[in-house]
Amino acid sequence: MGKTLAEKIWTEHIVSSKAGEPDLLYIDLHLIHEVTSPQAFDGLRLANRKVRRPELTIATEDHNVPTLNIDKPIADPVSKLQVDTLRKNCAEFGVRLHSLGDVEQGIVHVVGPQLGITQPGMTIVCGDSHTSTHGAFGALAFGIGTSEVEHVLATQTLPLLRPKTMAINVEGTLKPGVTSKDIILAVIAKIGTGGGQGYILEYRGSAIRALSMEARMTICNMSIEAGARAGLIAPDQTTFDYVKTKPHAPAGADWDAALTYWKTLSTDADAKFDKEINLNADELAPFVTWGTNPGQGLPLSGSVPNPADLSNAEDRGAAERALEYMDLKPGTPLKSIKVDTVFLGSCTNGRIEDLRSAADILKGKKIASTLRLLVVPGSARVRLQAEAEGLDKVFLDAGAEWRSAGCSMCLGMNPDQLKPGERAASTSNRNFEGRQGKGGRTHLVSPLVAAATAIKGTLASPADL
Amino acid sequence: MEKFIKHTGSALPLRRSNVDTDQIIPAVYLKRITKNGFEDGLFAAWRNDPAFELNQPQYKSATVLVVGPDFGTGSSREHAVWALQNYGFKVVLSSRFADIFRGNSQKMGLLTVILPQDEIEKIWKKVESAPDTKITVDLEAKTVSYDTASIAFSHR
Repeated sequence: MGKTLAEKIWTEHIVSSKAGEPDLLYIDLHLIHEVTSPQAFDGLRLANRKVRRPELTIATEDHNVPTLNIDKPIADPVSKLQVDTLRKNCAEFGVRLHSLGDVEQGIVHVVGPQLGITQPGMTIVCGDSHTSTHGAFGALAFGIGTSEVEHVLATQTLPLLRPKTMAINVEGTLKPGVTSKDIILAVIAKIGTGGGQGYILEYRGSAIRALSMEARMTICNMSIEAGARAGLIAPDQTTFDYVKTKPHAPAGADWDAALTYWKTLSTDADAKFDKEINLNADELAPFVTWGTNPGQGLPLSGSVPNPADLSNAEDRGAAERALEYMDLKPGTPLKSIKVDTVFLGSCTNGRIEDLRSAADILKGKKIASTLRLLVVPGSARVRLQAEAEGLDKVFLDAGAEWRSAGCSMCLGMNPDQLKPGERAASTSNRNFEGRQGKGGRTHLVSPLVAAATAIKGTLASPADL
Repeated sequence: MEKFIKHTGSALPLRRSNVDTDQIIPAVYLKRITKNGFEDGLFAAWRNDPAFELNQPQYKSATVLVVGPDFGTGSSREHAVWALQNYGFKVVLSSRFADIFRGNSQKMGLLTVILPQDEIEKIWKKVESAPDTKITVDLEAKTVSYDTASIAFSHR
């Protein structure tokens, strides 16, 4: 019997395998940021160990960094200490670091792909659950905890139990105004936040093949919101064309050898997945979350559900609590919900295509006077590219704020936060209680819905303008 | 890592599903560069509510957290495990854990035991009616026991 893509990459990286024990996997690329690494470096120091392969390790500053006045010292002393600790650790252990102000600085999952260090067939880890993003290149990429960060720093390997595999088949053609963000929100609504637990997801089908690399990254990014540590897409010409233009792409004979290998990276026709889920792209519409977990989502044309209609007691309890937190009444049309803030950015939707698609909607228009729109590029390079294309002008003319790169409002670790009770339409990945700031309320949306909502003042898609 | 063989303690019943890592410890508490002192951030958003189970005197000395499905979803932050341990929890019982959270727990010696939801319900009911019920979790025997009940679990 043939192998799935995930099984192929897994098998290629086994250092040691014993019955009844986790496999020991070799790790090709280790990405680091300031939040989940300080205790790991401390562990190395305590054990008098070195970083085994510093050249396979790369760090950036993203979670804590401000997106305004980045030429000034970080104002929050605790954030500053964490960032300074990363700088000190990288210098001491010889790890390449892209600091605030560096042209390659940005969100770790935007930086890897744009440098071309994210490549098909790799194993990639980072102390961040959205590492699944890199799966879009046909890499096995997943988030790890700080103990595992220390283990990888010390050994360049990781012991792991082999997950099962799940195919997410998306056939058909997306309608205009429907994006890969809507695909993944629909997948999570269908299988739930625990649906992918214990699985590696493989996104397949004609609708996935038709997506650009950046749209694919959006889907793989949110695999973790479906409970899966990793999600991937088989590499194809779209992948090869994207990687080829990047600074760290293999060149010359190395490129030819890499390409020959990468072309073997697909699920065999006779391989069997442990589970399969089917979605029809023709039927998908812009999606939005109404609750406090990413599985609580509906097409934008729908209404806030009534918890009493839910047959499962757990779902009912969760929905009741969510509506209370979100201050929403059952039956309210989603399109009537007013928002205070629109956030365009994050490792889910902070890439150049995301900014272009939102700018297309905003061009020549003004945002509603009742809200603020924060546009935060995923990396310093994305910001520069956007400025070269004049997108910053479009955003500023519309009344938006044009910021520097970082995780920003995706999580409440830096100055960009919602105030208690404030409601946001956000292109990020988590609508958890307080995720974007204590007491803040989050509706997850695509960049197109974010842009339309910013103009209209209420949740909207471009078709509603 | 703290070695775990067997633990007996009272329980905290938390009837909530999808308790994500941002609820266990919000991001604002992740700025420390040590592995201790995270207990103040545990369930921070709910701690001001006197009705929140953690604030009820009968559960004050609980060391076994009994919680709804999909506990620990979301972020890879090991700080969630540190916060639970710093507060004094030794064991978490749930019918479903997020993969990364569970892996992190195992690395740190916080035992995460998967039990069927109907067993979780029984423990909730028992502890709510008799909060000083002692629960014994034996990793070698792979059992969770209280009163006359003994439930076997698998270690993976």
